[in-house]
Amino acid sequence: MGDSVTKNRIKCVVWDLDNTLWDGVLLESTDVPGLRPHVRDVIEAFDQRGILQSLASKNEPGPAMAALAKHGLDQYFLYPQISWNSKSQAIGTIAERLNIGIDTFAFIDDQAFERDEVLSVHPSVRTFSEAGLEQLPALQDFVPLHVTADSKNRRQMYQKEALRAKAQEDFKGPEDAFLRTLGLKLRLKPASEEDLYRAEELTLRTNQLNTTGVTYSAGQLRDLIASAQHQVIVAELEDRYGSYGAIGLLLISQQPGLWCIDLFLMSCRVMSRGVGGVILTALRKTCHNRQLGLAAQFRETDRNRMMFITYRFAGFREEGDLLMNELTSIPALPDYMQLDIDAAMDWRLQ
Amino acid sequence: MTNTNYKQDIRTFLENFISEEDFADEDDIFELGLVSSLMAMQLVLFVEKTLDIRVESEDLNLDNFRSIDRMDTFMQKVSAPVHG
Repeated sequence: MGDSVTKNRIKCVVWDLDNTLWDGVLLESTDVPGLRPHVRDVIEAFDQRGILQSLASKNEPGPAMAALAKHGLDQYFLYPQISWNSKSQAIGTIAERLNIGIDTFAFIDDQAFERDEVLSVHPSVRTFSEAGLEQLPALQDFVPLHVTADSKNRRQMYQKEALRAKAQEDFKGPEDAFLRTLGLKLRLKPASEEDLYRAEELTLRTNQLNTTGVTYSAGQLRDLIASAQHQVIVAELEDRYGSYGAIGLLLISQQPGLWCIDLFLMSCRVMSRGVGGVILTALRKTCHNRQLGLAAQFRETDRNRMMFITYRFAGFREEGDLLMNELTSIPALPDYMQLDIDAAMDWRLQ
Repeated sequence: MTNTNYKQDIRTFLENFISEEDFADEDDIFELGLVSSLMAMQLVLFVEKTLDIRVESEDLNLDNFRSIDRMDTFMQKVSAPVHG
């Protein structure tokens, strides 16, 4: 995307604690050590930009987390690694849990030895000492290309996702019973100017569940939003844990007597929630009620078989280059998900 | 010719997803509105793993998967030895 010559922007900052985040060594202090200057501002700045943060500290986990709580900072760190293991191992674990590339990590530690140890295992991690850390937010590496509504909530989304995963793991019973406990709400709305970068972010991130493998830039999406022949629709999902953010994008071209789904993509975070099937059911009802045909473009990639199955199980059949829908035996919408379709879209379920 | 029946295996598999215990072999599980993309994928993978085959595009048809009976018929069909 034009940015490939430069390094990836930082997506996760991993902090050391002693003499980096706070002044002194926790286990040698009688009181909770005070924060080093600017640390709070820097942590808050990263968080607002959607840069995730974690910890790699050689300490006792209990007292360390208690000290962070006393400073009101404990909620900022995902999958904190506080133990006596090596910091390279800690960073490897964090990258695995967050499922983001190690080359998007920064590591801040006052000890050169620890920075070198990390670099010896993960040479693509960008390391920084504690000196001058107040300058970090101004560096280009720490400035995301776009800050969207979703990036500001990214840390909370990861935290909610961890809670959901835990709830699902602890749930004894079949999947549909678990879905009923979530109180799912799906909202479909026309993409607005401020959704452009969220939509672009989705097309760039969602390879696995992209029906054509084609990605769109914000500029291309802007043209499509302006076009009277196209609908660009953003899907947002929430449940009792909170919002999942923008989780799907639908691009429909309106041809005479026919709507064609040019692109349908879903975030892989929601593939067990039945969202894809619900959207296709709503579209089938709409086209049936408006006496329009419904087609879809599909191009096989090595990772989108699930989308093909979703289409096929929603009554699409291959006809020439397109998938065509028969618009017969359209199922009811499931009762475990509330569906809210923006009136401006003129979809008709009845 | 052996008369292999996959119905119990299919039912056991579906019980991971569907809490309704009273559905009959001929009931349409898709009409219950309970099939997520993940479950659809897993249904296909279940058939592929059980029979050690790949379900071809033209067979990825709801009619082959919409009830225990239909899945059983489909699985019998694709696993039947080819007569030369």
